[in-house]
Amino acid sequence: MNAQAAVAAKPSGAQSAVRFVLPVIVFAAGLAAWELVVRIKEIPPYVLPAPSAIVLTLIKDWAVLSRSLATTLLTTLEGFVAAGIGGIALALLFNQSKWVEYSLFPYAVVLQVTPVIAIAPLLLIYLEQQTAVVVCAFIVAFFPVLSNTTLGLNSVDRNLAGLFQLYGASKPQTLRFLKLPAALPHILGGLRIAGGLSLIGAVVAEIAAGTAGAGSGLAYRIAESGYRLNIPRMFAALLLLSLAGIVIYGVLALVSHLVLRRWHESALGKET
Amino acid sequence: MSSAKPSSTIKASLTALAVHLRGVTKVYDNGVMALGPLDLAVPKGEFISLLGPSGCGKSTALRLIAGLSPASSGAVRVSRHEGDVQIGHGIGFVFQEPTLMPWTSVRENVRLPLKLGGIAKAEGRARADAALASVGLADFADAFPRELSGGMKMRVSLARALVTDPDILLMDEPFAALDEITRFRLNNDLLALWRSLGKTVIFVTHSVFESVYLSQRVVVMTARPGRIQADIRIDTVEPRGEEFRTSTAYSDYCRRVSAALAPSYSGRSTL
Repeated sequence: MNAQAAVAAKPSGAQSAVRFVLPVIVFAAGLAAWELVVRIKEIPPYVLPAPSAIVLTLIKDWAVLSRSLATTLLTTLEGFVAAGIGGIALALLFNQSKWVEYSLFPYAVVLQVTPVIAIAPLLLIYLEQQTAVVVCAFIVAFFPVLSNTTLGLNSVDRNLAGLFQLYGASKPQTLRFLKLPAALPHILGGLRIAGGLSLIGAVVAEIAAGTAGAGSGLAYRIAESGYRLNIPRMFAALLLLSLAGIVIYGVLALVSHLVLRRWHESALGKET
Repeated sequence: MSSAKPSSTIKASLTALAVHLRGVTKVYDNGVMALGPLDLAVPKGEFISLLGPSGCGKSTALRLIAGLSPASSGAVRVSRHEGDVQIGHGIGFVFQEPTLMPWTSVRENVRLPLKLGGIAKAEGRARADAALASVGLADFADAFPRELSGGMKMRVSLARALVTDPDILLMDEPFAALDEITRFRLNNDLLALWRSLGKTVIFVTHSVFESVYLSQRVVVMTARPGRIQADIRIDTVEPRGEEFRTSTAYSDYCRRVSAALAPSYSGRSTL
């Protein structure tokens, strides 16, 4: 008996390189084709800008766009933190009392299934604009955290729960040492979804707010550029949004992997 | 064959009972009668096996003794430590599965009962390490459960049950999922621990051979609702070793226990 089973074999280097290189090649080929089509057909930039024009716009308008990016990212972050804390707290509350769960859960579902784009204009009337935007991001993002955390809290090993009971664990002890760690993989899964959704919520609210007059986020820039037929800037803002979404997902996936890598199946190599 | 039990055990059995069940029944919410009425007296320091077909309520009986679920009727009496507060009321429980927390180290798993009982971290870690050493896993304190084999996980589970120094050890088919050779080795280790620690052990199993090899007394239970079919004392030279497994006395006892078990499965087709 020894711990050799713990030493995971590394996946073959060649295969992981292929998995990384192939999408890059496809991306480069797509860009090249796009550039060629625009140049050969002499398509005007207000119809379809070439990738090179988009990059130039990104550099030229960086001062405006970077400020907008910061605004959108801050909104996303606030919405995400609110969704994370709110979703987990609500799930804990539901877990403590069935009465609370039965009373409130239907409303959580209603909030989730009502399109946020339809709620946003109302929120903008009743709340200060920045608050309304964050609330939109929260509404879109909190549900996966809530439902995943609830699932995790309810999937605690029955015998482990019995063990805690045998040793007279208090409710806070059971929560801290058993339920929360057991639910952690589910919670992190919920947060990973919530990261992308809070960006979507922020963008949707910004667009709604943009038509109401004020705002300076990336989505507002897109709407504004649309009215002014500044299509290259639209694409540049879109590119930034897309990159932001990728980075958010990557960061959350990395955090999840680092937290779970020593024990959870999802973070272990196939051959472990 | 003369009985040559350790004198301390004899003395203990004369003085007090560790567990006493009188007319205990368990009826589940769906109306199924799972157990009893069951009468069982276990003297302090005894190693007793509960043997019976699956579904006969052996595990239920253990859960009742551990206080994990209430009896529907009858009295469950478990001798408690006098004086100082005993974590887990002086009971250690080993489940059928290792039931370890996958998110933390072996040492933290073993320390859990002490942590829940409010024992300071340094003392808890020292006692966890001692318990791990007693089951032969001193070198694996920092490993995570998934890095261990099935037998090692079971040892960790045993160490966790022992870390509170309980008077009574309840074991619910702990070795059922292990291969025969690993199980034989763990049987010997368990016997050695029992001899050195002098605890009362109630061991649930569905293996005739395991129950005869380990226990001083085999209680054979009927099919559901579980009652006592036979109460067979295993008298042999102590301490037992591998030679007992191959002796004629051993096979005679196995024959007797099997015969007592037969009514619970012969002529029935419900299982």
